[in-house]
Amino acid sequence: MNNVFVYCEIEDGQVAEVSQELMTKGRSLANELGCQLDAIVIGSELDGIEKEIYPYGVDTVFIADDKRLYPYSTLPHTSIIVKLFQEQKPQIALMGASSIGRDLGPRVSSALHSGLTADCTSLIIGDHFDKKQDKNYENLLYQIRPAFGGNIIATIINPDCRPQMATVREGVMKKEVVDPKYKGKLVKLEVAKYVSEADFVVEIIERHMEKSKVNMKAAPIVIAGGYGMGSKENFQLLYDLAEVLGGEVGASRAAVDAGYVDHERQIGQTGVTVRPKLYIACGISGQIQHRAGMEESAQIIAINTDPEAPINSVADYVITGDVATVLPKMIKYYKQNTK
Amino acid sequence: MKAYKIIVLAKQVPDTRNVGKDAMKADGTINRAALSAIFNPEDLNALEQALRIKDSFPGSTVTILTMGPGRAAEIIREGMFRGADGGILLTDRAFAGSDTLATSYAISQALKKVKDYDIIIAGRQAIDGDTAQVGPQVAEKLGIPQVTYVEEVQKIEKGKVFMKRRLERGVETVSCPIPLVMTVNGSAPDCRARNSKLLMKCKHAKTVTELQNSNEDYLHLYNDRPYLNIPEWTVNDIEVEQAELGLSGSPTKVKTVENVVLQAKDAKIISSSDNDIDELMRELIESHTIG
Ligand SMILES: Cc1cc2nc3c(=O)[nH]c(=O)nc-3n(C[C@H](O)[C@H](O)[C@H](O)COP(=O)(O)OP(=O)(O)OC[C@H]3O[C@@H](n4cnc5c(N)ncnc54)[C@H](O)[C@@H]3O)c2cc1C
Ligand SMILES: Cc1cc2nc3c(=O)[nH]c(=O)nc-3n(C[C@H](O)[C@H](O)[C@H](O)COP(=O)(O)OP(=O)(O)OC[C@H]3O[C@@H](n4cnc5c(N)ncnc54)[C@H](O)[C@@H]3O)c2cc1C
Repeated sequence: MNNVFVYCEIEDGQVAEVSQELMTKGRSLANELGCQLDAIVIGSELDGIEKEIYPYGVDTVFIADDKRLYPYSTLPHTSIIVKLFQEQKPQIALMGASSIGRDLGPRVSSALHSGLTADCTSLIIGDHFDKKQDKNYENLLYQIRPAFGGNIIATIINPDCRPQMATVREGVMKKEVVDPKYKGKLVKLEVAKYVSEADFVVEIIERHMEKSKVNMKAAPIVIAGGYGMGSKENFQLLYDLAEVLGGEVGASRAAVDAGYVDHERQIGQTGVTVRPKLYIACGISGQIQHRAGMEESAQIIAINTDPEAPINSVADYVITGDVATVLPKMIKYYKQNTK
Repeated sequence: MKAYKIIVLAKQVPDTRNVGKDAMKADGTINRAALSAIFNPEDLNALEQALRIKDSFPGSTVTILTMGPGRAAEIIREGMFRGADGGILLTDRAFAGSDTLATSYAISQALKKVKDYDIIIAGRQAIDGDTAQVGPQVAEKLGIPQVTYVEEVQKIEKGKVFMKRRLERGVETVSCPIPLVMTVNGSAPDCRARNSKLLMKCKHAKTVTELQNSNEDYLHLYNDRPYLNIPEWTVNDIEVEQAELGLSGSPTKVKTVENVVLQAKDAKIISSSDNDIDELMRELIESHTIG
């Protein structure tokens, strides 16, 4: 009761990255609050999945395993979570700000009349004094998130309703196993008690998932191209530099929209968030939505013909020049001066 | 052939994407009041999907429902210029300070008054609040299914809508019985442009409040041409529990808001000359940033 709950997303039979990150965060919140960490997994053929989950410090894993529960569909997953939360009364519930979490979270929060904060970048425990009611609230979840296209950062609280729900994007929290032998317990839910026939009215006819090939989040160096790269062909310069430096290629949305590169490489508010050791922005103006996904990089180099480009304001090195000239020079120097 | 009653949920938003120099305050934060008010971009994608259904099923109607201050009537007119049949402005001080739950409560109560809707189409996300929560919450409050991230309505057959969804890592085709709420993704086709005939026809469309505040010489027109009257609903026109509205109906509270300050780092400025680039690379290799 009154625990911290994480909704565990399943991808190809495995726990999604974002869920692993949230369990790590959930564990530290639970420690601070002196409560337990629980997880709910919904899907099919989940035998043994709990073993992947305990090491994050999860005390109870609830599993709803049924053929009809995979692939994810809104209504049955909502019904299970709503009922389980009514029984378990968690104080905090976390979900990924993923295609699934952002579909599921709002529906669950509406059914439970509990508030939901979208896309948090930080979650901390704190107190709140309400002047109007002259009332002090202890140990609330501060849900910190950007809004207004990233131009403001709001701290949102949920004083009276439970659970306090929040979604967090992949890559925002760090994942960490607390103890590979952590002892948790397993509770298998009797699915028929949680869902009804009416939950299956939406039919999935076809599904085509691309295995994510690129792993930008793990790359120590990200070389990102924008609309200023000018063409798909010019993007080759980025792949060349990435190859010699051992990095991955990322992109702005304008470059994705222009068809220079696939969507999975998009960095920013509606793409992935990266924080590599080195980020090289090539022909990217640096709009706020793009910066949201890269400004925590340890070092940033901006290559832009415009000396006033907004990207320069977050850069450590500003190269004012044409990507077509600068990139080949970088490749050449590196090849000549390292083995 | 069947005709459908389609409601498009649309929000007027400040243009957070174009924060020009004039919207920047001296301290590097943005002056929100200086941003222009626009039709939320993904709501235009939603409108286009609605208009396409109307094109395929003649006799269908497209109504824009927006909750906001009086000036939000602008987006209803904008929608009419592009082919919507009309709209409803839901406006009341009691809605101020709503979080997404209070917003979706008010919108769903208005939809209950509209009553015989078939398809409700929202944008995926508004660019100011940035939550993407209102669509799914409206669906839950109406007790009907939702289909999010729709990129294309493929067909409507035997009371079911077939849609292609764009997910983070792929695409999915689903069918869903009517009535439903769908939310449309920005990757869906752009909205058609204004139609000049519709612009002429609808440019004087007004809400009662706008009419009262204008020196309209042709008041009789509004009796002769009912489509020029944009219905304006307040809390008195829909069935609502006051406690569920606005701040009191919002479980989430904004505790603090911090403006993001854009301050320039002390960047090293480098030219594209061979010398400068070589120097930079040498520095990066020496500091083990690369290599
Ligand atoms: C800084 C800040 C942070 C906030 N964070 C949160 C938060 O985390 N959680 C929360 O619950 N609330 C939050 N809010 C409140 C929230 O922005 C408002 O409730 C807002 O009215 C609706 O949310 P949205 O803009 O995110 O819309 P979204 O949910 O992103 O909108 C999705 C779609 O719903 C439809 N829609 C939305 N609003 C309307 C409308 N008024 N009229 C017609 N259709 C509409 C449109 O089709 C739109 O495309 C925040 C507000 C601020 C100022
Ligand atoms: C809700 C929302 C979400 C968004 N999410 C994202 C997101 O996740 N990621 C994202 O990136 N964007 C996102 N955007 C879009 C964002 O606002 C910008 O439009 C986009 O980042 C611009 O991409 P760009 O910098 O490549 O293009 P542009 O703004 O067109 O900039 C091109 C730059 O290239 C420079 N240039 C031109 N030629 C050369 C040359 N030969 N050599 C060097 N430099 C050159 C120009 O000076 C310019 O600075 C989002 C927008 C919205 C509204």
